[in-house]
Amino acid sequence: MWGGVRDGVSAVVNLERNGRAVPDSLTGVSDESPRITADDVSKVATLARLILTDDELATATAELAAMLDHFADIDALDLDDVEPMLQPTPLANVMRDDVVGVTLDRDEVLGQAPLAEDGRFRVPPIVGIEE
Amino acid sequence: MNNDRTSAIDLAQNVRNNVITAADVIEEHLAHIVERDGEIHAFNLVLADEARARAAEIDGMVTAGRDPGPLAGVPVALKDNMCTQGIPTTCSSKILADWRPPYDATVVTRLRDAGAIFVGKTNLDEFAMGSSTENSAFGPTKNPLDTTRVPGGSSGGSAAAVAADFAPISFGSDTGGSIRQPAALCGVVGVKPTYGAVSRLGLIAFGSSLDQIGPFTHTVADAAVALETISGHDPGDSTSIQQGPLDLSRTLELGVAGLRVGRITDLPTGASPDVEQRVEEAFDALRAAGAEIVDVEVPAFSYGLTAYYLIAPAEASSNLARFDGVRFGMRTAAPDTNQMYRATRTEGFGDEVKRRIMLGTYALSAGYYDAYYGRAQKVRRLIANDFAAAYEKADVLLTPASPTVAFEMGDKASDPLAMYLCDTYTIPSNLTGHPGMSVPFGTGDHGLPVGVQVLAPALKDDVMFQVGAALERSAPPRSAGSGEGSES
Repeated sequence: MWGGVRDGVSAVVNLERNGRAVPDSLTGVSDESPRITADDVSKVATLARLILTDDELATATAELAAMLDHFADIDALDLDDVEPMLQPTPLANVMRDDVVGVTLDRDEVLGQAPLAEDGRFRVPPIVGIEE
Repeated sequence: MNNDRTSAIDLAQNVRNNVITAADVIEEHLAHIVERDGEIHAFNLVLADEARARAAEIDGMVTAGRDPGPLAGVPVALKDNMCTQGIPTTCSSKILADWRPPYDATVVTRLRDAGAIFVGKTNLDEFAMGSSTENSAFGPTKNPLDTTRVPGGSSGGSAAAVAADFAPISFGSDTGGSIRQPAALCGVVGVKPTYGAVSRLGLIAFGSSLDQIGPFTHTVADAAVALETISGHDPGDSTSIQQGPLDLSRTLELGVAGLRVGRITDLPTGASPDVEQRVEEAFDALRAAGAEIVDVEVPAFSYGLTAYYLIAPAEASSNLARFDGVRFGMRTAAPDTNQMYRATRTEGFGDEVKRRIMLGTYALSAGYYDAYYGRAQKVRRLIANDFAAAYEKADVLLTPASPTVAFEMGDKASDPLAMYLCDTYTIPSNLTGHPGMSVPFGTGDHGLPVGVQVLAPALKDDVMFQVGAALERSAPPRSAGSGEGSES
């Protein structure tokens, strides 16, 4: 899983500083210190609703660190006066006329759900259950 | 391969004129599929019964004196991330393995209305994330020209389906090169039109500001007809450009005299010498055909990869949040919803999809948004500005479509960054929304095809086709290249 593992993921990263994770220069670690720690990746996995084993976490951390290192090529660019480009077209907030149209058949849509009941999607309890 | 291949245009003409039957056309292509797809695995699903039934309908229309349309009886393969009502649409992911969409993608409707016949759903890198079609939950697709090599990706199944004569036209989606790169590796024409020219309704979203559907074909003329058929405004897609279908076929015979073809002098290096040589020959061929070759600079080109691999995963992490085990696809049982979401996504998504979701989630997360996603969007603007300046001097630009010919299976499978570099030359036009196409232009190492990429400004798809057709006319024959020993 997740390809090759890179070891030595130990540099301190200050999550709160300046927005961008930068290896803490006070620790004296080299340029090879990663931009992201296992703790960061663990938080990201939680946000993304994914579960990682310890091995997967180590591999993912190394891979993401390698990518972020590669992506550092834009660090040197002066972008202060550049307007962000969100999408390629000049279109914005396109609305259709407010008229009744054809919609999907409810039973057909529910028929593709893992579980449905009484015309609704059925899910496990929302409130957590102790295992 | 076989030189007596009939173009999609001629097939349709012959079916419309009752010279051949759609039934015969379908049987011939289904026979090719039966013969070779066990080895190639271009298809996740072959629609043999449906295709035969539709062929009978088409033939019935012709017999009754009605015109089935410009693609009458033409077998068409669809990448398995385009929704087909009642027919499984998997994105080559376990998480959607049993899902049957309740509606058709707009391109599907338009193709059917034009008389096309769907022969199957093609394999892809899971959720279109990859450049080799090795990241499919259902196993890899092989390159029909050399089955030890990849077909490229993510639309590798669609590229292979055309290359193997399973269908004269297939459709893929291109978010960072997923049509043009596999087209190059399989020796077929592949086109990403201007963003917004083709409706994305019913295309399962990867990077919504980048995704476009486009065709694979053997000829530029077939690609023009395929794209004319599916393009044009769709009120169901709010990013659809509000104009009619693209008008392409009329440009194919215009030639390139007087056109300015740009060479990007600061193009990122990294293409292999065999590919570089063919691109040089392509410039020479266009010069000989009357084009003016001009030097242009696109300084921000090289930042495309970084901008793309922050923006595309960010958009993907949002788009793929909908796969949570509630409304469609698989569910892994768990005692409460939060555990169910996590268990379902962990079991349902493959490694590359998880990798990109995590990268994207990170780039969007509090404290990092400005540093990563925000900066990437500003770099995107720089790239667009640089291309705009280049297009002041040139009508089109020429680059390699892929840095190399088809590579061996497993070559880059364990190195995500090496795989990402496959998209170096294709990514910028997704960021800018501009059209790009790959046209086969001779062969490189191992006698494998090389694709030359033609880039043009937004909505200049017609000029791009004009140049693509000229390249096609002057391309070295496939067989000549393979015997010349460009492989050292």
